[in-house]
Amino acid sequence: MIPAQFDYARPASLDEACQALASDEDAKVLAGGQSLLPLLRMRLAYPSTLVDVGRLPDLKGVHDRGDHVFIGAMTTHDEVVRSGVVTAGCPLVALATAMVADRAIRHRGTFGGSLAHADPAGDLPAVVLALDGVLVARSAGGEREIPAADFFVDYLESALEPGEILTGVKIPKLGAGWGFHYEKFHRTAQSWAIVGVAAAVKRSNGAITEARIGLTNMGEKPLRARATESALRGVELGDQVRLACEEAAADTSPPADLHAQPDYRRHLARVLTHRAVRTAAGSP
Amino acid sequence: MTEMDAGLVAEQIAQSDQLNEPTDRSEVGRPRRRKEDTRLLTGRTQWTDNLSRPGMLHVMYLRSPMAHARITRVDVSGARDLPGVVAAFSGEDFAAEQGSLPCAWPVSEDIVIPDHPPMAVSEVRYVGEAVACVVATDRYRAADALDAIEVDYEPLPAVLDMNEALADGSPKVHEAGNKAFSAKITAGDVDAAFEGAPVVIDRTYVQQRLIPSAMEPRAVLADTDGESFTLWTSTQIPHVLRVMLAMVTGVPEHRIRVIAPDVGGGFGSKLQVTAEEVLGLLLTRKLGKPVKWTESRSEGNLTVHHGRDQIQHIRLAADADGRIRGLQVDLLADMGAYLMLVTPGIPMLGASMFNAIYKMDAYEFACTGVFTTKMPTDAYRGAGRPEATFAIERMMDELAAELGMDPVEVRRRNWIRHEEFPYTTISGLTYDSGNYEAATDKALALFGYDKLRAEQSDRRDRGDPVQLGIGVSTYTEMCGLAPSRMLGEANYGAGGWEHGAVRMLPTGKVEVITGTSPHGQGHVTSWSQIAADALGVPFEDVTVLHGDTAIAHKGMDTYGSRSLVIGGVAVLKACDKVKDKARRLAAHVLECSPDDLEFEAGAFKVRGTESQRTIQELALAAFTAHDLPDGVEARLDSEATFDPENYSFPHGTHLCAVEVDTETGMVKIRSYVAVDDVGKVVNPLIVEGQVHGGIAQGIAQALFEEAVYDADGNLLTTTMADYLLPSAADLPGFTLDRTETPATSNPLGVKGVGEAGTIASTPAVVNAVVDALRPRGVHDVRMPCTPERIWRALEAQAPEGVRP
Ligand SMILES: Cc1cc2nc3c(=O)[nH]c(=O)nc-3n(C[C@H](O)[C@H](O)[C@H](O)COP(=O)(O)OP(=O)(O)OC[C@H]3O[C@@H](n4cnc5c(N)ncnc54)[C@H](O)[C@@H]3O)c2cc1C
Repeated sequence: MIPAQFDYARPASLDEACQALASDEDAKVLAGGQSLLPLLRMRLAYPSTLVDVGRLPDLKGVHDRGDHVFIGAMTTHDEVVRSGVVTAGCPLVALATAMVADRAIRHRGTFGGSLAHADPAGDLPAVVLALDGVLVARSAGGEREIPAADFFVDYLESALEPGEILTGVKIPKLGAGWGFHYEKFHRTAQSWAIVGVAAAVKRSNGAITEARIGLTNMGEKPLRARATESALRGVELGDQVRLACEEAAADTSPPADLHAQPDYRRHLARVLTHRAVRTAAGSP
Repeated sequence: MTEMDAGLVAEQIAQSDQLNEPTDRSEVGRPRRRKEDTRLLTGRTQWTDNLSRPGMLHVMYLRSPMAHARITRVDVSGARDLPGVVAAFSGEDFAAEQGSLPCAWPVSEDIVIPDHPPMAVSEVRYVGEAVACVVATDRYRAADALDAIEVDYEPLPAVLDMNEALADGSPKVHEAGNKAFSAKITAGDVDAAFEGAPVVIDRTYVQQRLIPSAMEPRAVLADTDGESFTLWTSTQIPHVLRVMLAMVTGVPEHRIRVIAPDVGGGFGSKLQVTAEEVLGLLLTRKLGKPVKWTESRSEGNLTVHHGRDQIQHIRLAADADGRIRGLQVDLLADMGAYLMLVTPGIPMLGASMFNAIYKMDAYEFACTGVFTTKMPTDAYRGAGRPEATFAIERMMDELAAELGMDPVEVRRRNWIRHEEFPYTTISGLTYDSGNYEAATDKALALFGYDKLRAEQSDRRDRGDPVQLGIGVSTYTEMCGLAPSRMLGEANYGAGGWEHGAVRMLPTGKVEVITGTSPHGQGHVTSWSQIAADALGVPFEDVTVLHGDTAIAHKGMDTYGSRSLVIGGVAVLKACDKVKDKARRLAAHVLECSPDDLEFEAGAFKVRGTESQRTIQELALAAFTAHDLPDGVEARLDSEATFDPENYSFPHGTHLCAVEVDTETGMVKIRSYVAVDDVGKVVNPLIVEGQVHGGIAQGIAQALFEEAVYDADGNLLTTTMADYLLPSAADLPGFTLDRTETPATSNPLGVKGVGEAGTIASTPAVVNAVVDALRPRGVHDVRMPCTPERIWRALEAQAPEGVRP
């Protein structure tokens, strides 16, 4: 439980941080450390240098930008939960973030760290995927934007290139008529989701006109339940919704671990999707 | 079942509130806040890991990644050359001096006690067994240097399943085979009880393996002045450890001092003589320097002895009216790879407990201890008794279901009635006192049993996806380990007495020295209350010393809910002796006969006069010793050793209501009522805390915890992300109450409370889960009752083609 030796750098600016990463390919970005340090302690990762970007002012804070909310990558979970801008502009993010781990971890872990870590069991990747968020990355070479659908590549693997720093995420605001919910299924209060479902549902005149559903821990990366999303289009609340949610586990490859086998996870995905969609659609 | 009316409930609750009030001025019975807590909560603690000695070195152990293998080569030379490394050793380097870790409880004639080297020399038998170590100037360098040690292993087959381990042709854990011992106890005519019985219930239950998770990880610091050795260690048993270290290593006992500083919980896991303690002593002897080791949580999950792990085959025969005729118990108990301090004794502690509070004609208990290539098992809160209580309480619910009877009624028909005490059970124990009727009636009233049953049937009728289940557990246990005579009969390697000493200081303040070794139980507070009453001095004037073999020279330490019922009584007896001495001195000073003195509120008064001396004043007179009567020695002090004549038998009724989401399998505890009878209570606040934590730990076994090994014998649950401990957020508020039936086996009338909650709660919860699912055809769910297991149990019962 003692990490191998590494160097520690805390650059004063984003540019400096980019330089530090560009000059050492074995360096790694350190944010809140809540996922990275366990890996180091278990000696599953041996970075040469940790480049601590956690206190860079450019990467912190939440901004209302009209059609979207911009969440700086180093905003802690706790700051996200308490942000009025988030609660007003993308309340699903606040709801899900409040369920991440426990209070102590939420004070250290960051929004961007959670996404860059690309853990399919993390709650926020599925949420950002469901909300069609756009991730902003900077490197010595410049800045680029990556849609969430392209960002999560594989287990613990994001589209970030070596040397790239995630600076923030744009979360498009949902307009009128949208409801949302996050269903997290876990055995103890501070543990990871066995399965999680993020749902945003738009209704007009009683029927569902659009649904976006993100699945946590149902594959190597966060997934959209596309089959259910399309089956829900135009559907009235009631039995048809339940039928549509039966498709929630289609095209998933859930993991087998101590907490659940794949068939049980598929079952959970169906039940939880139904619950999340119903709640998002405003029906008890 | 009649539900008590609200008035009666209110009266009972008012009565129980009175239990919390001290009678007249006595300290005993008062809910004193713990003296220990200010210091503990403000960080002024002395955990072993906080301690430092000049020139201190740090040791880290390299542990086997193989469940079973021959060690063909260990090369530590690469580590020796690294910066900061002082020494590196393999098992060979200790082979001549390390002895074998002790097993003090050879439970049967046929027992096999294999050699258990603290550091493996030629063979490893579980993942985590130490194979080498590095001593360095700091932990970080030691950890890095472990990577430079080379070990070659020749794999041997892992032995993981107890049934397979006993089958012919199984690979062997030890040369002598995989059977560690067998034992059988029979009382009454078992065949007759089962023959022609209208009801026979046959079940197999699995007691999963658990990892005791004390808040403070283990730590050992050893130092020497070249002649004597001091070991600071996070242990429950400094006294036992001292004896054992001497026996194992040959270091003379009088040159060893063991200190248990602040110890942050143990739950049995620190009732052990560990490899790291022996090696710590040997390392400091080799190097002549202080050496410290502190485990990480993952290291602890691998190498703190585990608990439970039994397969229980239980048969119960009953008459059609629910009366029990006979009970047959056949256990396989997983010993793990070696027999540690009391490993084989753990299942045997349950031998007389499966019959519990019930009367029956015949009883048979058989147990086979089995070696596997896993971490050894040993004491874990309750140790043998939770396993027994689980099995019988599950069976009582099964019997009720089989007969279509209420589970409380089935118990009533079988339990020992209040007027029948003292009662000698079928297994031969004599329960001194108890009142199962009173505890159960109170629990039912607090729980609102009838109302919950009504809601349950309503939910069943409606086909509600969330079903309600109600679980009952009317438990007793034997604790207060133990009468030395009985331990001798059980072939245990030591006695069960306890020692207490009381010193009144010249200024009238009091030092109590106890042989118990508290590690969270609050003895400093409770012993102060006992001494304050006995000596008539203020609670604040008493301090309690413990946990250092040089200060508390005589003791048997803390485990098995023994401290109050034995150690607390020893303190009381020592106080009585001090008081006798003070009386003789008072008579001398006041020039009267000792018989003319009455002792009240800390003062000896000459009957019918105003003349008096307080015991605190007399302490000064005994110190100056200017004018002592003949035969009275200087200082007011004395000591006493108490050996109980019987175990202590707390009991109670726990009721649990759960809501089971049949769509996901999730269990939510809706309400939990515990009415415990632990006899007289010294400190109700501490009792409540013990019950509270105990219930949480029992619920954890029912719903959350399991140590899992994979098919190669690797422990998978090495972190708290995988080994799930519930926190306050996962548990309901508990409704706690008590009845008070004093124990007759000790002058305080007290019974042990340390393990009661854990023993009682596990079956209450599982009974509730099964009760919720029974209409769907489920009659068991293996522990822990995870959502997935519950879902699978329901799936298995679902009609073809119907998915719930
Ligand atoms: C006990 C425990 C329970 C938890 N439970 C949950 C849970 O229930 N749900 C949940 O969602 N999460 C959970 N987490 C994880 C938590 O949310 C972490 O905060 C999160 O996964 C990582 O955020 P961090 O800021 O700590 O990142 P770090 O640990 O510092 O970094 C994680 C990874 O991302 C990279 N990285 C971080 N920031 C950047 C950046 N700006 N640019 C490029 N790369 C970057 C790092 O190099 C590293 O590889 C838990 C963690 C713990 C310890």
